[in-house]
Amino acid sequence: MLIRSRTSSFARQVGTIAVTLLGLLILTFVIGRMMPADPVRAIVGEEATQDTYMQVYNQLGLDKPLPVQFVMYLGDVLTGDFGTSIRTGQPVINDILTVMPATLELATLAILIGSVLGITMGVIAAVKKDRWPDHLIRVISLMGHSMPIFWTGMIALLIFYAALGWVGGGGRMDDYFIGLVPSVTNFILIDAALAGEWEVFWSALNHMILPASLLGYSSSAYITRMTRSFMLDQINQEYITTARVKGLSVRQTIWRHAFLNIRVQLVTIVALAYGALLEGAVLIETVFSWPGFGQYLTSNLMIGDMNAVMTCVLLVGVIFIALNLLSDVLYRVFDPRTR
Amino acid sequence: MQTETLKKGRTMTIPGLAPLGRILRFLMRQPTSAFGLIVIGLLVFGAIFAPWLATHDPYAQDLTNTLAPPGGGHWFGTDELGRDIWSRLISGTRITLTIIALVTVVVGPIGLAVGTIAGYYGGKIDTVMMRITDIFLSFPSLILSLAFVAALGPSLSNAIIAIALTSWPPIARLARAETLTFRAEDYVSAARLQGASDARIILKSIVPMCLPSVMIRLTLNMATVILTAAGLGFLGLGAQPPLPEWGAMIATGRRYMIDSWWLVTFPGIAILCVSLAFNLVGDGLRDALDPKQMNRR
Repeated sequence: MLIRSRTSSFARQVGTIAVTLLGLLILTFVIGRMMPADPVRAIVGEEATQDTYMQVYNQLGLDKPLPVQFVMYLGDVLTGDFGTSIRTGQPVINDILTVMPATLELATLAILIGSVLGITMGVIAAVKKDRWPDHLIRVISLMGHSMPIFWTGMIALLIFYAALGWVGGGGRMDDYFIGLVPSVTNFILIDAALAGEWEVFWSALNHMILPASLLGYSSSAYITRMTRSFMLDQINQEYITTARVKGLSVRQTIWRHAFLNIRVQLVTIVALAYGALLEGAVLIETVFSWPGFGQYLTSNLMIGDMNAVMTCVLLVGVIFIALNLLSDVLYRVFDPRTR
Repeated sequence: MQTETLKKGRTMTIPGLAPLGRILRFLMRQPTSAFGLIVIGLLVFGAIFAPWLATHDPYAQDLTNTLAPPGGGHWFGTDELGRDIWSRLISGTRITLTIIALVTVVVGPIGLAVGTIAGYYGGKIDTVMMRITDIFLSFPSLILSLAFVAALGPSLSNAIIAIALTSWPPIARLARAETLTFRAEDYVSAARLQGASDARIILKSIVPMCLPSVMIRLTLNMATVILTAAGLGFLGLGAQPPLPEWGAMIATGRRYMIDSWWLVTFPGIAILCVSLAFNLVGDGLRDALDPKQMNRR
């Protein structure tokens, strides 16, 4: 009985996701068709004759009614064909696969920084509720959430790179290291470690630490707030009083008892925060000349590369849905009550 | 006649609207949200009196005095075309307020309409509308705005449309949740028994009840709107030069950043202050509406 209800809820979830994905495809299709750039002109060039133009126009299926075009698009996407980028002439999906690791690497380091910062601040704020550390943490974390990250990035570059010289500037590593390490995974830290090139590794980390810290700081606001509120729920419960009466110190009560009970909720929050990081990544990559997904998206937006933009937007949507699903699944796996 | 008095009695007790003064007093008592309220007050003040506060014409170029550091006749220095940065910042408050106001005016009704209709009718209508909402929710707002602006063409008005298109879903979610709690209430049944049409019930009985929480959610949303608009401006997809939009000012100032720090620093601080102010007020509002907190203080 229980098993059946679990499978049916799973089936319903799969159905929901399928519908959402279809909606996502409709949305990206509409956006792609609304874009002012002329895809035919981009392929045939300015000097093509009317005949060549019409030939390519028909080849792309642009003469067919929109619903037919959508079905064609759907078929292409389902077979893994996301079209060719006008700018690079490569299949869009290949382009994205090469730039994605740079963003994932940055975002992962950022979420590590953000989680450590956010969870620590959240726990302290909860324990010191309504006293000055709570107020201070509230301002610090909201500040991270309120800063225009492209601006903070520039100011941080001015201070830590131009003035103090503590970190590397834009790009993934110092120029003279580029090409030294064979690209295996495209994750530069992993590649460098695999090749044993530790100088490259440190150079890459040196370049990554500033944008990652800023991204992490901006995402820590949400994590702090949620940690604080989860923690407050725990602190008011009787087992905490019991633990204190038993003679445990405040530190032990908080970290060994209360914190263990909010782990599950925190994992789901961090998964959601990871998705939100992508947004900041788009802006910060522009400032730090980071050759990742965000820069790929914005540079293609500017020239109206339809296929590339559609696929990027679609991909972000899919990642978001996947992270939501992941946080849902993690919750079920780790929380015995939901079994 | 009787319905009129009945309804009047109801509107008087709308939770959240009646104790508006109490909420405001609560916000002013906390140092953080009081700071937020003051900054927002200054923003509105600056926008209203912009022509008198500005020391120069924000568009007047002076090519003999470009990139002048702060001090002398120019409090915040001049930009690459010799325009006074202080005056541009001040007239930028009008753009920021316009963006916030327009987005809010568009998003509120859309969210309310979708949410109340979905919640009131339930069933298939609800499922379809909420699925659509979920699709829009499955993007970070900046990315979807980027895509919309790319489709519509970069300009301030298109940026506003794009931000509005991406920020209605949370409002719809909220309005639906509220509607679900109200639609089974006696007064709604009473209105229905008196022969009120569905449209009338939604407009007269349900929407007013959703308004307070929707308005608060809209306030919470304003910091995000400011940051998204600034981000679009920075990427060159929002307000176009020579408009003194803060994000766009940072984008043009970026080229001169190393030697002339004032070009990017001041607009950035302006964005930070305003967005922080809205976040602090939003944070305070959340506390103010938590009954446990409100009574304790």
